[in-house]
Formats: sequence, C-alpha cells, structure tokens
Amino acid sequence: MDAHASVGHAELEIPYNVHPRPDTGVYNAKLGIWLFLASEVMLFGALFSSLILLRTGAETWPRGYEMLNVPLATFNTFILIVSSVTVVMAWSQLRLGNLKWGRIYISATILCALIFLVNKAFEYGHEFREHNFPKTNNFFAIYFTLTGLHGLHIIGGVIVFLYFLGPGAKMWAHDPERFTNRIEVVGLYWHFVDLVWIFLFPVLYLM
Amino acid sequence: MTDPAAAVEPGVDVHEHAGVGDPNAHHHSPEQIRAEMRVYLTVFIGLAVLTAITVGACYGLKLPVHTAIIVALIIASVKGFLVAGFFMHLLSEKKVIYGVLILTVIFFIFLMTLPVSHHANPFGS
Repeated sequence: MDAHASVGHAELEIPYNVHPRPDTGVYNAKLGIWLFLASEVMLFGALFSSLILLRTGAETWPRGYEMLNVPLATFNTFILIVSSVTVVMAWSQLRLGNLKWGRIYISATILCALIFLVNKAFEYGHEFREHNFPKTNNFFAIYFTLTGLHGLHIIGGVIVFLYFLGPGAKMWAHDPERFTNRIEVVGLYWHFVDLVWIFLFPVLYLM
Repeated sequence: MTDPAAAVEPGVDVHEHAGVGDPNAHHHSPEQIRAEMRVYLTVFIGLAVLTAITVGACYGLKLPVHTAIIVALIIASVKGFLVAGFFMHLLSEKKVIYGVLILTVIFFIFLMTLPVSHHANPFGS
C-alpha cells in the first residue's frame, strides 16, 4: 500500500471496529448487533404473544403433532443446532488464525441452513397439498407467520454467510481481526435464529 | 485434524489474534481457544440430548397438554440458556450488553403478559 493510500485509509478508519470502546467495553459492531437482536426479541415476542392470545382464547386448539410433521421438524432442529456449533467453531478457528478451517465451518453452516430450508419447503408443500393455508384457521395462520418469518431470517443469514465466504473474505488479507469480529457478529445473529427455533419447535409442533 | 495454529496464513500472528471479539480475552492462548472449542462440542451434545428428551416426552409419550407445555418449556429454557450462555458468550459478557438485555427482558415480559391482562379484563368484549 503506498503512502498516500495509507494516509487515506487512516483518515477514513472507523474507530472501535476491532478493539473495545473504553466506555462500553465492547467493539461497536458487537453493541450494534445486540441492540438489533433486542429489537428482534420484540418482533418475535409480539408474535409469540399473539399465539398465546389466540390459543388461550380459542375454544379448541389442535395438538401440533396431530397437524404437522414432527420427525421432519426434529431433524431440522438438530440441523440448526449443528449449524450453531459450526458458526462458533468458524469463529474459534479464525481466532486461531486459521482462515482455511474458518471457511470450511462457514460453508458447513450454509449447508445446514440450506438443508433446513429444503426441509421447510417440503413441509410447506405437504401442507399446501392438504389444503392447509394461512387463511385455513388460526393455528395455520400463526404457524405460517412464525415459521415463515423465521425462514426469512435463515435466508438473511445465508446471504451474509455467502458474502463472508466470497467477497467479504478479502478483508482477512488486510484486517483479519476485524474479519474475525464480523464472523462473531453474524454468529450472534445466527445463534439468535437458533434460539427462536428452540422455542418455536415445541410451541408449534409438540404442544 | 491438523493443528490450526500450524496452518496460519503468512504474516499473521496467531497470538495477536487470540481472543479477538471477546474484550476480556485478548490474551487467550491457542490452548485456551481449543479448550473453548471442546466446551462448544459438549454443549452441542447437551442440546441434542435435550431435543431428543423433548420429542420423546411430548411426542412419544403423548403427554397431556398442560404437562407437555410445562416439560417442553422447561427443556427449551435450559437449551436457550446453553445457547445464550456458551455460544453467545453471555456468561462472560460486558455490563452494557447485560443492560440492553435486561431492558429487553422487561419489555418482553410485558408483551407476554398482555394476553393475560386481556383475559383478566372484566370490561373486555
């Protein structure tokens, strides 16, 4: 990098991308993702609240396992748990300075996410063939809303992981610590998506 | 598996990288990071076992609905604690993050009690 470019880079550098801010104790992106996740808690919380309202207000409510495919959802739960481990292993490998294994674990995470989405597509397809749509009844309305929103979050995560696997990985060459932090941040998001499913699964499928 | 530390990219200092992301862990050695990775795998096994217990109890045994709700939510809470505590590092996080989450929990509890207040309202329709 020539001297002019180096000066330009220093002038444009965003502070506290790598090292913690003295007053918060965390780097800025980490505080940012937690604030975002707080808003996500309220988003899903509103829908869970709606589910409680619909269920407690209904004269009858079907048992989830009578309406939905529990074995497939159990397999998807396992897949999401695996993906949470692969994300945190990717971050750990990057902390060790090992980009190659970091990328392998990120790829494994993407694969898990795609398997989850394919299974979900099969599940939706089955429900549609059975003429179960969001308009059918309140159970399917809240089922499709919650799992659909969760699925959109999975798709969002896949897009971000693909970015870091492809063009975003260039950052490793000149700022590996910042790249590692970015994987931690997207990992926190991914764990939250897993966390939502941990509660969605029993609430919708098993109760 | 090959030693990850031995496969470092040229020009990258492993020890400088150790602990990035965790403000308390800038001096974590590769050995400590590998120890954390073993913890992650243990947590994974715990999550898988708890999932199997939930499905076995609620789907296999076909528990009554009230029992199923209690069992499933207790196990889900334990699983949530494992994910948040270990994978999201909330067991050793900074005060500002705890502050954000405490505020979130307060509003979340308010959201969850809204349906209850609806049913308890004697003037409601």
